[in-house]
Amino acid sequence: MTWVLANLGLIWARTLDHVVLSLPPIVICFVIAVPLGWFARRYRVSRGIILTGAGLLYAVPSLPLIFVLPAVIGTSLLSPVNVIIALTLYGIALMVRVVTDGLDSVDADVRQSASAMGYSTWSRFWQVELPLSGPVLLAGMRVVAVSTVSLVTVGAVIGVQSLGSLFTDGFQRGIQAEIVAGLVATVALALVFDGALVLAGRLLMPWTRRVAPPKPSVPLEVSAA
Amino acid sequence: MIEFRSVSKRFPDGTLAVEDFSLVLPSHKTTVLVGSSGSGKTTLLRMINRMVDPTSGSVEIDGEDIATLPPVKLRRGIGYVMQNSGLLPHRTVLDNVATVPLLRGTPKRQARADALAMLDTVGLDRALADRYPSQLSGGQQQRVGVARGLAVNPNILLMDEPFGAVDPIVRAELQQELVRLQKELDKTVVFVTHDIEEAFLLGDQIVILRDGGRIAQVGSPAELLANPADDFVASFVGADRGRRALHVERHGNEDVVVDSDGRLAGVLKPESAR
Repeated sequence: MTWVLANLGLIWARTLDHVVLSLPPIVICFVIAVPLGWFARRYRVSRGIILTGAGLLYAVPSLPLIFVLPAVIGTSLLSPVNVIIALTLYGIALMVRVVTDGLDSVDADVRQSASAMGYSTWSRFWQVELPLSGPVLLAGMRVVAVSTVSLVTVGAVIGVQSLGSLFTDGFQRGIQAEIVAGLVATVALALVFDGALVLAGRLLMPWTRRVAPPKPSVPLEVSAA
Repeated sequence: MIEFRSVSKRFPDGTLAVEDFSLVLPSHKTTVLVGSSGSGKTTLLRMINRMVDPTSGSVEIDGEDIATLPPVKLRRGIGYVMQNSGLLPHRTVLDNVATVPLLRGTPKRQARADALAMLDTVGLDRALADRYPSQLSGGQQQRVGVARGLAVNPNILLMDEPFGAVDPIVRAELQQELVRLQKELDKTVVFVTHDIEEAFLLGDQIVILRDGGRIAQVGSPAELLANPADDFVASFVGADRGRRALHVERHGNEDVVVDSDGRLAGVLKPESAR
């Protein structure tokens, strides 16, 4: 505990590093996975190729990926960009399938009636199918957010600073409190991200909360006598 | 006026849903397409707003071949009500009703005001405006569906078994409501059902379909009952049995009407007593 109190500044700095590394993959993977997921649903062939491809992506071990990326994209070995790109890839691997499932979950009647109302394919996607996939997308994004926050720590092994640096440093110098602090802070950060997503879901999808059975429009008479 | 000119539809899987179908649907009348499943009635309905395009033949609205019109624009001008309402679950009742006006670029304030008024027209309490569809009963949802179909005041209203999924009491209520609305609004209604009673109640012109969209007979309810073209029609409208095959028996001073099962249907009153 003394270590923690003496190093609050360090923990806070590593937490900020951690946020800076986690946020871009979470946002970028969503932005990329939505069109990919849509395209996967569009044709039978593309579905097989994209979904299998995304699944295989997830099977690539993270540490080697972070080592190999610099050679492929020409960044320096220590660049945080490597971590961001690697985690974006994992996010995409997970979210493409989620987006496909989410779009599949939209009721066929609703889709058809939207077309019959005169939605174009484009407006129907943005105004009907994507919002209605929301609950499924949110569930997927929560997994992505938490797993990204936890995977960012791997970057510490190659020297990209994050809360993971507290593990590596703690191991090397034998400071157990530092390791525990890193662990707890990582979990706490994951919970904050998760909570923020849940909150965003509530604000963006008010209809998912208001599913109470219909109230009688006329209040039951209370006998005063 | 809507006109089908020898329309056929073969789906990609090879099913011939409609074969050489020709029919005129007069303006300001209700035409009911009635048939069992597989009769192609829904396919025919969906050809009117280009949800389905015919494989051959053409559909004309007021003399214009609709194949030349962009489908999205066409659909925004035609009311559509379907079974299970098809309401957008993520939009409130009011926004659902305002959907098509908003798509057509009506200012939001105007569209919402019109939508509120439309709730009155279909007999819905304005207090429901801010509810989501899942918070309504089946009958209420269906009324919202009708309100949405009427929101742009279209000349044509397509109704695909709109009351098929609600219980019989609510269905009867909604049917009466539609009769009242139609008297008021005078639309060209195309209504699809498998329920001949519903067809008789709502239809000015009834089209009885066999498999593959082949017309068994077209006529008013009275024509179909009095002169069924063949056994298929007779049995479909039930002219040969039960409570549609009535005869008169004399009891004392009154003429009593009895159906073919021997059940009493009522008393025959002279014209002057109406």
